[in-house]
Amino acid sequence: MRTCGATPGGPDLAGIDLSQQAVIQGVVLRDGTSDAVPNGVPVATGYVRLLDSDGEFVAEVPLNDQGQFRFFAAPGNWTVRALAPGATGQVTARAEYGRAVDLTISL
Amino acid sequence: MSRAQTLVSAEWLLEHLNDSNVTIIEVDEDTSLYEKGHIKNAITFHWKNDLQDGLIRDLISKAKFEALLSKNGIANDTTVILYGGNNNWFATYAYWYFKIYGHADVRLLDGGRKKWELDGRELTIEVPAVIPTRYVAKERDLSIRAYRDEVINSIGTKNIVDVRSPAEYKGELLAPAHLPQEGGQVAGHIPTAKNIPWSQAANEDGTFKSDAELNALYAKAGVDFSKETIAYCRIGERSAFSWFVLHELLNLKNVKNYDGSWTEYGSLVGAPIEVGA
Repeated sequence: MRTCGATPGGPDLAGIDLSQQAVIQGVVLRDGTSDAVPNGVPVATGYVRLLDSDGEFVAEVPLNDQGQFRFFAAPGNWTVRALAPGATGQVTARAEYGRAVDLTISL
Repeated sequence: MSRAQTLVSAEWLLEHLNDSNVTIIEVDEDTSLYEKGHIKNAITFHWKNDLQDGLIRDLISKAKFEALLSKNGIANDTTVILYGGNNNWFATYAYWYFKIYGHADVRLLDGGRKKWELDGRELTIEVPAVIPTRYVAKERDLSIRAYRDEVINSIGTKNIVDVRSPAEYKGELLAPAHLPQEGGQVAGHIPTAKNIPWSQAANEDGTFKSDAELNALYAKAGVDFSKETIAYCRIGERSAFSWFVLHELLNLKNVKNYDGSWTEYGSLVGAPIEVGA
């Protein structure tokens, strides 16, 4: 995926022992409107909310300058919901120990 | 108190950004966000470095609070406007703190930093100049602060409201899911506590729900409004948010924030604990 120079997916996993963590991470992109950035540009101002399988709020983090986010969740099914100026979007994900779920949320 | 006395909107703040008797303070656990951009003329307080004693586990002393406010140009008659990230958790903690030391006019920016950013409003990196004052605080108002012995004696008699996430309440987690798992020595909740997560009192954009929605939320969860209430979380900031809702927005009397919270309670030898829903 080309994302205007950004690293595809979530932040670098160096230093994280995935055997002990159920990581959900990713990047939030705003749909591209020009041929130069067909997959959209990272959204640097925004927030991502982690909701459990009942839709209950669990955590929220601000996006970094590359539009990325990360949660240390528990194994199970989650909804990941992005809020940005003028737009929202959400995806579902299944987290488990030993593997980082890497998401792209397009607004 | 009412919303008009305790909350301000972005529109109100924009009209008063340059008022000489208004001090805007961004309060958070991570003040690097302030350095990246903040509301014009805002100063910043760090939740830990500025507001925790550092040696003993407690609020800073009256003398240190006076020095902090004096250094930052806050006078006794200043209108203090607080806001922050994390859905205003640390800003409401600071609000409760200013009330502990008797500040007359302190208000919260509804929605905090998140709503301000989501609305596309301007941030600046300029740090305002301040003229030091001589602030005089009142003695601590302990009618809004609960200590551990009162909490244990309140089991089965007062409302105890656990405002953490359901997973923390049930004993599956010791801290919110985006933070390191630290806090109490054991996980669980105070017996008879009702789990009413702070987040249920807030809209997605960080603003507070309406009074009608808030009343319904606590009534449905079994809070008896005729009784005294103690709110707690892990370190006392999310429960300050819920204390603000109950005491300042819904005008309930005798609502206390137990700021020792689960970090203290979950480490007490012999204190009764329950797990599960």
